[in-house]
Amino acid sequence: MKLRTLLFGAIGFALFLGFWHWQTYGNAIGDLPGPWLTARGLGEIAVQGILWENIVASVFRVAWGFSLAAGIGIPLGLALGWYPSLRAVFNPLVQALRPISPIAWLPFAVILFGGYPMSSDLSAIFLLFMSAFFPIVTASTSAAASLDPRYIRSASNFGVGGIAFFRRVMLPATLPQILTGLRLALGIAWVVVVAAEMLGVESGLGYQVMDSRNALRMDYVAAAMVVIALIGLLLDMGMARIEAAALARRGMSRR
Amino acid sequence: MSTKITVRGAHKVFSTKKGDVDVLDGVDLDVMEGEFLVIVGPSGCGKSTLLNCMAGFELVTSGSIRIDGAEVREPSRKRVFVFQEAGIFPWFSVWDNIGFGLGNLPFEEKHEIVMRYIRLVGLEGFEKAFPSELSGGMKQRVEFARALAVEPDVLYLDEPFGALDALTRLGMRSEIIRIWRETKKTCILVTHDVEEAVELADRIAVMTKRPATVHSVLQNDLPRPRDPDHPGFRALKDKIFGILGVER
Ligand SMILES: Nc1ncnc2c1ncn2[C@@H]1O[C@H](COP(=O)(O)OP(=O)(O)OP(=O)(O)O)[C@@H](O)[C@H]1O
Ligand SMILES: [Mg+2]
Repeated sequence: MKLRTLLFGAIGFALFLGFWHWQTYGNAIGDLPGPWLTARGLGEIAVQGILWENIVASVFRVAWGFSLAAGIGIPLGLALGWYPSLRAVFNPLVQALRPISPIAWLPFAVILFGGYPMSSDLSAIFLLFMSAFFPIVTASTSAAASLDPRYIRSASNFGVGGIAFFRRVMLPATLPQILTGLRLALGIAWVVVVAAEMLGVESGLGYQVMDSRNALRMDYVAAAMVVIALIGLLLDMGMARIEAAALARRGMSRR
Repeated sequence: MSTKITVRGAHKVFSTKKGDVDVLDGVDLDVMEGEFLVIVGPSGCGKSTLLNCMAGFELVTSGSIRIDGAEVREPSRKRVFVFQEAGIFPWFSVWDNIGFGLGNLPFEEKHEIVMRYIRLVGLEGFEKAFPSELSGGMKQRVEFARALAVEPDVLYLDEPFGALDALTRLGMRSEIIRIWRETKKTCILVTHDVEEAVELADRIAVMTKRPATVHSVLQNDLPRPRDPDHPGFRALKDKIFGILGVER
C-alpha cells in the first residue's frame, strides 16, 4: 500500500522530469534550464554557503511572522467567536481586510519600519504576519463560534466557568480547527516570504531568486525554487505531525 | 414523600424571525422527592424545553418553577442534565470526564469519588480510555457517572437512550433503574417511547401537542422488574396511547 503510493508519486515526478528535459534540451545557462543544469546549479549554490544563510534568513522571518500571528490571532479569534457582540463589530472588518494580498502592504511596511534597525527584516516579518494572521483568526473564530452547545451547557451545569472553562473546554474543543488554521497559515506564509524577499531585502530565498536572475544564472533560479519546494514540504509535514500528535494525545485522532 | 419540584403555570415563548412560537402553555406539574417521573408527549411538543427550564438552561416566560421552594434561575450542580447523545468530552479520558464537575479536590479524594462511580456504572478497567474507544452504551454510562459524581438531588434525562441501538437500550433501562434505586435521586426522564415510560416510571406525565400542557399524570404501581406482557403493563400503555390520540 505504502509502496504503491510512493511508486505512483514517482511516476508523476518522472513524467514531469521527462517533459522538462525534452522541452529544455540544449538550452544555455541564461535560458530556461533543464533538470540536469538545475541539479548542477543546486550543487554549486549549496557549496557556496550563501544558500544556507538565505534559508536561515527566510525561515527566521517566517518563524517570527507566524508566531506573532498565532500569538495574537488565536486569542483574538477565540474572543470573536465567543462574544457575538465583538464578532458583530470586528468580523466584517477582518473579512474585508483578508482578501488584500499581503504584498500590497509592502509600501506601508517600508514607511512604518523604515527608520528602525533591521527595517527590511521588520517589514518582511510584518508582511508574513499579515499573511498568517487572517487564516488563523478566521479558523479560531469559527471554531469558537461553533462550539457544541452541549459542551457549554455541561460546563455551566457543573459550575465550570472562567479560566477553567477556557482551559478544559474551549481550548480542547477548538484545537482541531485551530491546528488546521495554523497549518494553512504556515503554508501561506512560506509562499509569501519568497515574494516579500524579492523586494527590498538582501537575504533570503526570494532574494536568492532575484539575485540569480540579475546575474543571468537561471540554473540558480531553478535550484532555489527546488529548495523552496523542499522546505515548504518539510514545514507542512512538520505541522501535520504536530497536528496528529496533539490530537492523538487527547484521544481525538481524525477518523 | 415531599414535593421536590413545583411547576406552576409555566409558559415559554420563543421569539424567532418568523414570529413568536408558543411552546409551553401553562404547564402545572409536581415532582416528588426521590421519584422516577417520566414525561411523554408527541414529537416537538416541548418536552425538552420543559426540562431545560427545570434545569435552568432556559427561563420560563411566565409562571414559576421552584425546587425546594427556590425559583430556578440558572443551572446548578444540585440538578444535573444527562444529554440525549453522549455529551461527554472526547478530549478527556473516562476518569477526567467523571471528575469534570469535582473542581479542585485533592487528587486522593477525587480519585476515590471517581472510582466509586466508575464501579457503580460498571466501567472498571476503562478509567484511562477515551470516549472514542467506547461503545455508545459505555459513553452513556460515563455520562451517568459524571452526573452522579457531583451528588446532585435531581437528574434530568432527555431521551438518554435515543442514540443507542435497541438491545443496548433495553440493557440501559434496567441499568438506570438499578442506579436510581442505589442512589435515590429524583429522576425526570423525557421520552417518546411509551413502553420505556411504563417500564421506568413511578408516575407518567402525558403532554399535549404544542403549545403544550400536561394532559394528565398517571400513577404506575406495577411491581419491578416490570414485564411488558403483564396485563397491567399493556393497559397502562393503551391508556397513554389513547391520551396521545394514537389508534391501536
Ligand atoms: N431555542 C429555540 N428557539 C426557537 N424555537 C425553539 C427553540 N427551542 C425549541 N423550539 C421550538 O419549540 C418546540 C418544542 O421543542 P422541544 O425540543 O422542546 O420539543 P420536544 O418535545 O423535546 O421534541 P422531540 O420529541 O423532537 O425531542 C419546537 O417546535 C421547536 O422548534
Ligand atoms: Mg426533545
